[in-house]
Amino acid sequence: MISATTSGALQPGNYYFSGNEALAEGAIAAGCRYYAGYPITPSSEIMERMALRLDDVGGVFAQMEDEIASICSVIGAVWAGARAMTATSGPGFSLMQEAVGYAALTETPLVIADIQRAGPGTGQATRVGSADHMQAKWGSHGDYQVITYSPWSVQEMYDLTIEAFNQADRFRVPVFVMGEEAVGHLRERLDVGPETPLVHRRKQAGAAPFGDAGPDGVPPMPAFGEGENLLVTGSTHDERGFRKTDDPDAHDRLVTRINEKILARRENIVRTESLFLEDARVAVVAYGFTARSALYAVQRLRKQGRRVGLLRLQTVWPFADREIQALGERVERILIPEMNRGQIAGEIRKSVACDVVHLGQTNGEIIHPSRIEDEIRRLL
Amino acid sequence: MSRDLNDYLRDDVQSTPFCPGCGHGILMNAILRAIDGLGIPMEEMLFVSGIGCAAWIPSPHFKADTLHTLHGRAIPFATGAKLFNPALRTMVISGDGDLTSIGGNHLIHAARRDTDITVICANNQIYGMTGGQAASTSPTGAFTATTVRGNPHRPFDLCALVQGAGALSVARYTVTQPLALIQGIQRALQVRGFSFVEVLSPCPTQFGRRNRFDSPAAMLQDLMERCVTREEAEHMDDTELEGKIVTGDFYGG
Repeated sequence: MISATTSGALQPGNYYFSGNEALAEGAIAAGCRYYAGYPITPSSEIMERMALRLDDVGGVFAQMEDEIASICSVIGAVWAGARAMTATSGPGFSLMQEAVGYAALTETPLVIADIQRAGPGTGQATRVGSADHMQAKWGSHGDYQVITYSPWSVQEMYDLTIEAFNQADRFRVPVFVMGEEAVGHLRERLDVGPETPLVHRRKQAGAAPFGDAGPDGVPPMPAFGEGENLLVTGSTHDERGFRKTDDPDAHDRLVTRINEKILARRENIVRTESLFLEDARVAVVAYGFTARSALYAVQRLRKQGRRVGLLRLQTVWPFADREIQALGERVERILIPEMNRGQIAGEIRKSVACDVVHLGQTNGEIIHPSRIEDEIRRLL
Repeated sequence: MSRDLNDYLRDDVQSTPFCPGCGHGILMNAILRAIDGLGIPMEEMLFVSGIGCAAWIPSPHFKADTLHTLHGRAIPFATGAKLFNPALRTMVISGDGDLTSIGGNHLIHAARRDTDITVICANNQIYGMTGGQAASTSPTGAFTATTVRGNPHRPFDLCALVQGAGALSVARYTVTQPLALIQGIQRALQVRGFSFVEVLSPCPTQFGRRNRFDSPAAMLQDLMERCVTREEAEHMDDTELEGKIVTGDFYGG
């Protein structure tokens, strides 16, 4: 039994946790009361801790027969009223993609933690990777939006998971916490504050669950068992959920709305952190664990008076294109170190005219600060 | 004695989408009569379906919470909803291809776990909606869009499959046995735990035309002639049972 508040969340205080454990605790604090999953390295500690913690707090834990069943049962639980999540890694994330599109089209709020390992294929299951970002954005067929977080610390595995649940409910959208093996297995201090800010999905009896009413452009969401005679389908549907599979206007209206409800509110979603950028000539843009190496390199060079700074992406999708564009107008060069072959470098190049230098590494190891430091010196 | 079932249908629904002669309309009727007979309020029901013709039986017709899901995945969607809110009386209605081929893994695991849901499998022995391709339930020798020389494979015995996975309540009926079917569905609905009802339902459009059935009526006649009850089957040898469809409740319950 874990020392917990009456709501089941951790007592305020300091803890020494792995990132995966912290992510699970963030989910409990956010009110997640349904977890379904399938074991996969390097994410399984999330599942194990959720099994333990959901038992403590009276939630439901389901070990399913595969990742497809896991994500589908999460969607079922969400429509039954739950805050719900699953966690996985690359191969399991691949299996979930069809259901991600279903969740996007049915506007089902849910959270997936993808603790990335070195892919593609089975790859190196115990080694770090960060190459699932394009899959997170485009993994299911069709046009849709998701929100993704890229935590760099045990603290953010906790904090950003809480935010992921809040944003999922606020926007009725799938949200992914794109941890990497290195942060999932990292152990460091976690501070749990006295307050957990929670935002819940909006309910309005009798309202159309797939219409565009509401201040956020996000329709209210009832649950099964509330007498609403809900009609939920992954086919194109009207505002009440009736299938409209041959109506061009209905399809265009729905696809436009599920995209625009996110893109038009990107100011309330995109999160970045600027460090030492005021007078920088070279900016490093980094996310996830790589941002730790990048910060170390930047701080060493700053001590030597070199004009380099760091823009850290806490969200990867929707992309911080405006922030990057503004950065590109201030600096001479942007360096983007990442544990893949240029997934986010390509996005940055879409937004800026300045030089963009990609420093990729796909060997199953984190990028050492010295590699980033050497590259910055070359660019300065 | 027939009761008006209009109260069980959504106001906006005027007709069903099924082809002339399709058995799914009879099954739809039987499901609602079973619920009506037990007096279960529709507000307590959750209907979950996958993809295919049978998945349209509840969605959008039934005036209740309905969840029309992905191909093959109705059972895990239903599992999540039921586990989180056990008050939802949860029925999965889908086809043979959906539940036993692409979704076969979920079916056996729900049976193994004894998840408290009722699964109605409308078995028309073919992929109807996509144009008549062979299914895991197509009889050996059956002509389909993908078995032009006749199906070389054996069909699943769905009841044996689900029983083998541990299900305690397993039944098979056909739409030519409407009263027995209604009662079978009622028994399944009253089971606490996993229950499975296979319902043979003719597909004249995709199966009948390719397999020398002149009319929907001929398919219904064929089903009626081939049905034997479980009790009758106990007194028949293998030769006599050749080509027969054994119907009834098979185990426990």
